[in-house]
Amino acid sequence: MSDSTRTISVEALARVEGEGRFKVRLEGGKVVRSEFSIFEPPRYFEGLLRGRSYQDAPDVTSRICGICPIAYIMGASQAMEDALGWQVPRPIADLRRLIYCGEWIQSHVLHTHLLHAPDFLGLQDSIQLAQSNRGLVENGLAAKKTGNLLMEVIGGRSVHPVNTRVGGFYRAPSADDVQALIPELERGEALSVAALEAFAGFDFPDLEMDYLFVALRHETDYPITEGRIVSSSGLDIEVAAFPAHFEEHQVPHSNALQGATLDGEPYLVGPLARFNLNADRLPADILALAEKAGLAPGCRNPFKSLLARQVEVIYAFREAARLARAYTPPEPGFVEGPLRAGTGHGITEAPRGICYHRYEIAEDGAILAATIVPPTSQNQRQIELDLVGTVERFHDLDDDALQWRCEQAIRNYDPCISCATHFLKLDVERA
Amino acid sequence: MKPSGEKPRLAVWKFSSCDGCQLTLLDCEDELLDIAEAVEIAYFLEATRSTRAGPYDVSLVEGSISTPHEVERIREIRRDSALLVTIGACATAGGIQALRNTLDHDALRASVYPSPQFIDALATSTPVADHVAVDFELRGCPIDKRQLLETLAALLKGRKPTIPDYSQCAECKLAGTACVMVAKGVPCLGPVTQGGCGNLCPKVGRGCYGCFGPKEGANTAALAAELAKLGADRRSIRDLFGGFTAGAPAFAEERRRHER
Repeated sequence: MSDSTRTISVEALARVEGEGRFKVRLEGGKVVRSEFSIFEPPRYFEGLLRGRSYQDAPDVTSRICGICPIAYIMGASQAMEDALGWQVPRPIADLRRLIYCGEWIQSHVLHTHLLHAPDFLGLQDSIQLAQSNRGLVENGLAAKKTGNLLMEVIGGRSVHPVNTRVGGFYRAPSADDVQALIPELERGEALSVAALEAFAGFDFPDLEMDYLFVALRHETDYPITEGRIVSSSGLDIEVAAFPAHFEEHQVPHSNALQGATLDGEPYLVGPLARFNLNADRLPADILALAEKAGLAPGCRNPFKSLLARQVEVIYAFREAARLARAYTPPEPGFVEGPLRAGTGHGITEAPRGICYHRYEIAEDGAILAATIVPPTSQNQRQIELDLVGTVERFHDLDDDALQWRCEQAIRNYDPCISCATHFLKLDVERA
Repeated sequence: MKPSGEKPRLAVWKFSSCDGCQLTLLDCEDELLDIAEAVEIAYFLEATRSTRAGPYDVSLVEGSISTPHEVERIREIRRDSALLVTIGACATAGGIQALRNTLDHDALRASVYPSPQFIDALATSTPVADHVAVDFELRGCPIDKRQLLETLAALLKGRKPTIPDYSQCAECKLAGTACVMVAKGVPCLGPVTQGGCGNLCPKVGRGCYGCFGPKEGANTAALAAELAKLGADRRSIRDLFGGFTAGAPAFAEERRRHER
């Protein structure tokens, strides 16, 4: 079929958070045009924040995405604390890492079990998956529920938690409430190991791409809430230097802003980047599980992001149980200090990759300017390149199968389109 | 009437929103597989690539109407749906993005996007009920899982959902939570906000920020006067009413009164 001219397109992409579409044009086995675009309406968050109190940024920006609200809450809080010069004590920072583990678990398990796994089995959705492998779906739902429960115990609710603030938490949960979660967290780890073993048996499409991986890296821990920005080409910079090394480009074919380095190179953030840049920060037995499942450091097969995500679920359960065992409630649950004018930066590892916040505030704490760079807008250009690679590699498939394979390639990114949208141009063609 | 044995068809639609209310359905971990057996999930892009054309028995609609295309799309969905239920603060009040309704849209657009001419959006973000008839509304940013399950169960049985319409203040009394305004002088929208979240903010010593929107007959002016007595300045009162349900008429009006 490689001699014909074919256009593969999907108008409303399923099993992603938000709405997007893609279009690929193939001539004689070569891709001549590809577009991954977003038709999420803009919501102008950066503009809406202007003039509001610094205290509003975490809650307002959490509404960018209901699947990863903690990423926005923590990034915004850290950026404000940076601007204000407030130091968050270790027990509060640990409680942040604990609730963040809950977000990784619920977001990752939703994707690996309910949204991505069906692709590998040729199934439409997790409902069909439940008919053929009910145990796998039930285990996923149980693990996801524990992640949500962890967020509820600390944050009050799992979608848009209410107990978080600049400086920490309104009220730290009791030690009893947190430690009551430990048996469920241990069970969650066991369920997740079983799921990784099941996923390891999937048939992973054979594709390798060249990637510039970018992630946080911490002195001792697998990165979630803290670290420096590193890349697979040797970059090693502090969080505040993000805008000096990365920017968003405008490309002519889609009028979309897409993340790239200042040299114009696309890059990849998210589980595969984190794993490849931080495999030595995983406990040795978890790294061994990853390798046994077919995921070794250096992996460049985007379809194996499913495995990287599931390995991170195992790690998040392990880490959450460790933090819960060591937990004593910080009193008070937050720090406060004097207000001052300033500029602050914050980056955390959202489930889908690094998420950058920058704010300028006035002497009275009013926000003067806000910039947010979510992971999916950083990945958008690489997603297009993956589509090109996928179509050229698998162009022998018939149209329906190739279309599905392309959808699967986009879902490798668990693209959170709600997040990316307020930065992306809509794909509107005008005469 | 459906032929006996045929399952009711459920559709879930997204407009301008964060996906959190749809996610609440997927977060019903204990009930999800039963729901999938009780209904046919006919359209739910966040969960399945398989879709079927209408008509639908129940449509759940998340998100506000903020683009010309969305105005058209919600009309089509209304035509295809026997019952249309709006879920969440965006669909029922316009969401946080309704803050744009009182701003200069061109200036806002230019401040966020370098090439604003490519952004095809309306100057306003409005609730679904401003555009089509709505059969039932679920409040919240996000909606409450228990209320969602009650609503689905009721609609499938053909009865009216039982959703409380009392204030957040009443939730504090029912839960035995100390009043954050009286005890600590913390500004709180509890007296004017519909309950239903589970008393989340006051329980952690935080003032309610109104994500379930104004309760019927809310006396926002009296509350604003109390907030001023506690020492809240005009900007903070304006922004407290200018939250996730800023577009709800009672809150929008109180916010307007506190514009500088």
